[in-house]
Amino acid sequence: MTSSVVSTDSILAIDIGSITTRVSLFDVVGERYRFIASGSAPTTIAPPFSDIREGIARAIHQLQDITGRVLIGADGALLIPSHPDGTGIDAVAATLSAGPEIKIVAVGLLEDVSLESARNLAATTYAIVTEVVSLNDRRKQDARIDAILRVRPDLVIVAGGIEGGATQSVRKLLEAVGLACFLTPRSQRPQVLFAGNSAIHEEAKESITPIADLHIAPNIRPDIHTEQLTPAQVALSKIFKKARAQQMFGVSDLDQWASGRLMPASTAFGRIVRFLSHIYDPLKGVFGVDVGASSTTIAAALKGKLAMRVFPQLGLGTKLENLLKYISVEQIAYWLADEIPKSSIRDYLYNKAAHPASLPATEEEMALEQALARQIMRAAVAQMMTSLPFEIKGSGGGGLPWLEPILASGRVLSHAPKPGQSLLMLLDGLQPTGITTVILDQNDLLASLGAAAEINPLMVVQVLESHAFLNLGAVIAPVGRARRGTPVIRVQATFEDGSETKTEVKFGAIEVMPLPSGQSAQLHLHPLHRFDVGLGGPGRGGRVRVVGGSLGIIIDARGRPLQLPSDPELRSESLKRWIWALGN
Amino acid sequence: MLAPVIQISPLAKIRRHRELPAPGKVVVRQGQKVEALDIIAETILAPEHIMLNIARSLNVTTEKADELIQRAAGETINKGDLIAGPVGLAKRVVRAPRSGRIVVAGDGLVLMQVNSTPYEVHAGMPGAVTDLIPDRGAVVEATGALVQGVWGNAQTEFGLMQVKMKSPDDQLTTDHLDMSQRGSIILGGYCGDGRVFQKAAEIPLRGLILTSMDSALIPFAQKAPFPILVLEGFGFHPLNAISYNVLVTNNGREISLNAEALDHYKGIRPEIVIPLGASREPEDSSLSVEDFAPGHKIHLVRAPHAGKTGTIASLFHEPIRFPSGIRALGADIILSNDQHVTVPLANLERVA
Repeated sequence: MTSSVVSTDSILAIDIGSITTRVSLFDVVGERYRFIASGSAPTTIAPPFSDIREGIARAIHQLQDITGRVLIGADGALLIPSHPDGTGIDAVAATLSAGPEIKIVAVGLLEDVSLESARNLAATTYAIVTEVVSLNDRRKQDARIDAILRVRPDLVIVAGGIEGGATQSVRKLLEAVGLACFLTPRSQRPQVLFAGNSAIHEEAKESITPIADLHIAPNIRPDIHTEQLTPAQVALSKIFKKARAQQMFGVSDLDQWASGRLMPASTAFGRIVRFLSHIYDPLKGVFGVDVGASSTTIAAALKGKLAMRVFPQLGLGTKLENLLKYISVEQIAYWLADEIPKSSIRDYLYNKAAHPASLPATEEEMALEQALARQIMRAAVAQMMTSLPFEIKGSGGGGLPWLEPILASGRVLSHAPKPGQSLLMLLDGLQPTGITTVILDQNDLLASLGAAAEINPLMVVQVLESHAFLNLGAVIAPVGRARRGTPVIRVQATFEDGSETKTEVKFGAIEVMPLPSGQSAQLHLHPLHRFDVGLGGPGRGGRVRVVGGSLGIIIDARGRPLQLPSDPELRSESLKRWIWALGN
Repeated sequence: MLAPVIQISPLAKIRRHRELPAPGKVVVRQGQKVEALDIIAETILAPEHIMLNIARSLNVTTEKADELIQRAAGETINKGDLIAGPVGLAKRVVRAPRSGRIVVAGDGLVLMQVNSTPYEVHAGMPGAVTDLIPDRGAVVEATGALVQGVWGNAQTEFGLMQVKMKSPDDQLTTDHLDMSQRGSIILGGYCGDGRVFQKAAEIPLRGLILTSMDSALIPFAQKAPFPILVLEGFGFHPLNAISYNVLVTNNGREISLNAEALDHYKGIRPEIVIPLGASREPEDSSLSVEDFAPGHKIHLVRAPHAGKTGTIASLFHEPIRFPSGIRALGADIILSNDQHVTVPLANLERVA
């Protein structure tokens, strides 16, 4: 997987988040690519700057101060390519997640076929479907036109008609889209993405191109049973970029610095997860979660096939005020070891939404923030895993199927006060099963690496193998049900120095076996009571080699789905015991 | 670190962009004096259309229907006006079902946009139009006191303000409201009782300014027929001393209550503008951009000091650990009562 043959390209990755603009420098150190350092500054979309370039410049200046390396010239421009004296950089990778959701009208023939695929396509980026138009919505054509005009969309996705299938009905829908575009002032016209029956491509061009920007992608529903989103996602990324360039100053320059490779951060995140699925165990999928201020992104990939979904309604920042439409205060309170009145939880959500860049300074607010992160991940995983377009092995039992590694990104996870808190949020929120490894994106690099993969894939591989990421540990999570306190798995570990240790873990407990980062151990797993640890079926054990992380080996024998005691006192006691078990 | 700004000032030059969300017609001119409720620009945000199938209505071919259409795109029509025909023995015709404008005519169809109520952008404060924004709106400038808040129910009003707070930590109950306040805007304290909105609507009040509010009341506040602005946040929070002084000093004056919804991307905050004459033109502090620095007046936005104001005594140049366990850049703050507290910079706003 690794190579000592490296070119000397240095890369500056620029990531514009809704709260923070981060720049990260990658370069060759000792024959290998390394993450050097990063700088950050508040994102400057809003007045008084209303231009993302100010935040970028401030972040780069901070990076220059940290590294002593000059990246900006006397004229204020980025120095590209690098100079022999070591100033400047060779390439820029850029990602963007900041900005209001892209408003999309989804147009398709049938609600549960092409329209569903159009919705699924929209869900792969920072978008919200504000209106749907389909054959069976029973509205007259003028009502359809008004419905599109009313929501003033940034984009209309037209799907429908399997290959060799319907054309006349799709034409009728296209006509409504064309008229709605025509009736919209020119500067406000939405972009149109046609991803339906390819037999209508020419007609779509003829009817839409004179009126609005038309993008054509391969049919996202080529037949009734097949959904093919990936090619259309490329077009969607372009549209996203164009829409953002209209909404924000500085986006076009950023894209230019990145040689036209600016991409949505979610797309870049998905790309890195897919990339890793080529490298890791082909029998398991790779999983990624990014809990951000404006959205949560979930990605799962198996042998190069990617399923990804962005949840703009599940962000930890400005979207909190909408969050209660999707999760309840009771669900957040469920994860709190110390009782906080429900009214205080709700007040907290609204206050955080008013000040999304603010930080929890008290223990109570930190507990609330972490409870919220758990429930956001629960909600996102529940929606995502029911609609995976491919099968990943593993019973799941209400948790994730067998996935390894699990990559975790987002400030609430990467900047938790202790690694044990990060891991416990992930174990509770995602509920992994079987044997897996949890990797924390402690420097918030994953999306940047996804964007950089196009420029230099070797750099991505080498940085992923470096200490830029924090291996939290190997997780063993047997699936099954038993009485609390019943032994459900015996684990015997043989370490590199030949020493051995044994433990028996009871249902409802989390136990940690120390194993320093980078060291490996041979584990002999004996699941009891037909618990399934992913080694061939319920009750079947075996030997497996694991690599230690900052927390060692974690045996999570709480069962899946994780069910906390209904009695508040017992629940509080359990939550505190698990926090304690992970060293907090 | 770049300091976000909250504007709380006894006297400031205030410049506000008043823009339509979509292109429309600007109805003011540069230099024009405007009142708070004057219209700056208007547009049809949710147009309504009617598609008339002429070919089918007249029972003719598409080509024939096109010949029979008597109106062209762009023509204004009144309800009952002839659109197509006559044809046949019965002299069949198609008439306009409502008043409006023809937008498309051809292929046997006529699409008309019917007249509907325009969406208006108002000046929001008495002042002067200093710049026009083509097709969108204008920049309005005024001089007066300014107090910004954190939440609004997306309505605006102009009226006399009556202060019903005796101290910054006061609460507003139905007992504080009576018919003598009819048509005025009330400055109350914390509100935790939805019946306050009901009584305010019955009087009726022209608006409510609350220090803080129980977040459970948000759905009711959103439905209230008058603007409601929350200054500090949700849950009980006393009003910060600077805002309290500015508002209490101006008791009995006319104010603009712009309870706009907070929009981080557009930099819009709900705010109260109190028009005041000034012998000397004050500076426009809204455009100043500064990093946090010692001496800055600040407003604290998160627990455990939410709603307090103070001054930065010193900045920590390396991240420090806070009781929550996080490590972040912070500042030593002297609160109004001379107490020193250490707060993450991320939890501060500079008072401008």
